Amino acid sequence: MREVAIIGVGMNKWGELWNKSLRDVFTEAALLAIDDAGVDHIDSMYVGCMSSGLFVGQEHLSSLLADYLGTNPIPAARIESACASGGLALRLGFIEVASGTSDIVLAGGVEKMTDVAVDGATFALSTAADQEYEVYHGITFPGLYAMMARAHMHKYGTTREQLAQVAVKNHHNGSMNPLAQFPQKVTVENVMKSVMIADPLRILDCSPITDGAAAAILCPMDLAKKITKKPLVKIIGSGNATDTIALHSRDDITEIGSTKVAGEKAFKMAGKKPENIDLAEVHDCFTIAEICVIEALGLVDKGKGGKATEDGLTALDGKIPINTSGGLKSKGHPVGATGVAQVCEVVKQLRGEAGDRQIKGAKVGLTQNMGGSGGSSVVHIMEVV
Amino acid sequence: MVGIIGYGAYIPRNRIKVEEIAKVWGTDANSYRKGLFVEEKSVPSPDQDTITMSVEATHYALKRSGIDPQKIGAVYVGSESHPYAVKPSGTVLAEAIGATPEIHCADYEFACKAGSEAMFVCLELVRSGSMEYALAVGADTSQGAPGDALEYTAAAGAASFIMGKDNLLAEAVETYSFMTDTPDFWRREYQYYPRHASRFTGEPAYFKHIIGAAKGILKKVKLEPKDFKYAVFHQPNGKFPLKVGKLLGFKREQLDTGLLCPWMGNTYSGSSPMGLTAILDEAKPDDLILMVSYGSGAGSDAFVWKVTSRITEVQDKAPKTKEILNNNKNYIEYGTYAKYRGKIRKAE
Repeated sequence: MREVAIIGVGMNKWGELWNKSLRDVFTEAALLAIDDAGVDHIDSMYVGCMSSGLFVGQEHLSSLLADYLGTNPIPAARIESACASGGLALRLGFIEVASGTSDIVLAGGVEKMTDVAVDGATFALSTAADQEYEVYHGITFPGLYAMMARAHMHKYGTTREQLAQVAVKNHHNGSMNPLAQFPQKVTVENVMKSVMIADPLRILDCSPITDGAAAAILCPMDLAKKITKKPLVKIIGSGNATDTIALHSRDDITEIGSTKVAGEKAFKMAGKKPENIDLAEVHDCFTIAEICVIEALGLVDKGKGGKATEDGLTALDGKIPINTSGGLKSKGHPVGATGVAQVCEVVKQLRGEAGDRQIKGAKVGLTQNMGGSGGSSVVHIMEVV
Repeated sequence: MVGIIGYGAYIPRNRIKVEEIAKVWGTDANSYRKGLFVEEKSVPSPDQDTITMSVEATHYALKRSGIDPQKIGAVYVGSESHPYAVKPSGTVLAEAIGATPEIHCADYEFACKAGSEAMFVCLELVRSGSMEYALAVGADTSQGAPGDALEYTAAAGAASFIMGKDNLLAEAVETYSFMTDTPDFWRREYQYYPRHASRFTGEPAYFKHIIGAAKGILKKVKLEPKDFKYAVFHQPNGKFPLKVGKLLGFKREQLDTGLLCPWMGNTYSGSSPMGLTAILDEAKPDDLILMVSYGSGAGSDAFVWKVTSRITEVQDKAPKTKEILNNNKNYIEYGTYAKYRGKIRKAE
């Protein structure tokens, strides 16, 4: 296997991009990544996108996006694993470069979610749950995560305030990210008095509906040294795992099993342990999700995710900073793009380009991206060399 | 010089509070009260519709104008709740006020700016000299589907204006229109209730067009927000007009007089025209007023009005808008409201 570097990353301003279409949003981010890498071509492309068919009535993204990026006839594939589509696109790009099949590969992600009304978006997102055994009975994602939150509170004593503190921290971090959709700071009181969505989750516990894209350029380490003068960020671990699609089929609904297994695989490949990680971007689609996944990754002890947040361990100046970008909560959550945007943030941090939210001396970063209520997860570990 | 020679407004006496609607749908009334700045809204009685409210408002406009209705050359009613799909509202209105048969009549439709459209055309017909007086009405018994966000604001009311050349109480200093193809809110034939594109109705729709029209007319007349005593914008809720006013550089005291939505609701085609009537009720000679309507689909009509010395003679000749709004209120429960608004469907 060849060693693989990330030599370029690109992300545009996320939000309700009423005046842009899916192709515009993707092409902007892809060109930013290509410029950042300083390459004049790409050999292959993977794009994560969860549901362009339901959101904008467009499938066949491999052709469309290669066409509008001006890269025909390169091979291209659209990757779908619900909200983990972006992370999986990056993993497949990594495998393609590592295997020697292609040299310069673009791994991107995109979602255009605001062309449908809220009920249309809720329906599209619900297709990531089990249609026959969950969705037909009326459950939506806020409902599923609300049950996980209730179970976590019951089992470990996690408090409503601790959930709110995840949102407060991530909006604080996002206030320093010029690309974030909701860079406003919030207080615990704001969160706890915001509109109820699914008890105990309120609107400020939920990630928003977002239009956005992100892209990364991968190539072999040998080639990377010739192409770029920027600090080289190497992918040292990659893990992908699945779990039951339906939440009710799991032994313990407070544990994200797919993240646990994907994390173990990535740590093993990287030869690292949780204590070696300087920062992590994780999938905080709801505040409770961040608490569950930092436990599953072993970044904090099981059952202590809420307490760790309350104690500031996951803050920018904490022991293990989580979601320095603002996370899905503040930065936004265009589902297919999220996994790639997490990688963009880690690369910026490892290169020392993260501005006011820079973690000093960061050497090793982790990304965790998951689909649905945890039915699939992708974890990557990167190191600056 | 052309402008307004008579004006009047009408609001049905029934009210329903936001809490009463929220209670039925299990929503948080405070998020509407604080988030959208709406407290209660007017509800038409079963025997009231766009035509009856237009007649009421026009009677007041005629009192203030003091003219012979036979001299009115055109009657234009703007609404998105004309009682008939085929058969004009304007014919009934014209007959009721004694303005027939030598009169041109048309019903207007452009979502919530149908009323200001009628005002715009009436001003130009008078300016052209083809008639002495023209009557413009904006009125709606607004529709909002049960449980939809619109239901908290969709209200009923009418504003009526008689345009002429002499004896003006407010001169139309300038007019300006701003329009694009923006599908934010619509209702197709045979549908009871309008549909809307949720948050898309905000920034790329309401704000873009009102700001476009306001900036356009201010540039045309070479005036700044500080030159105006009052400003009134379309009021889909209480929050949007205050926000757009602030974005344009107006202060709260310039906006408060014309702001009716928090206690009246959104009267669609009647919205900003009714706000203008509330301002005229209090205005003094030489006051400048900026009015900008908004209609989904989408467009805005902007007007700069300059109040004349005649205003003080007419203000008390008919009930004032805030008197109608604040007096003789009759609070109803959701069940009565549902019955009045035809929301209870009976089998044939």
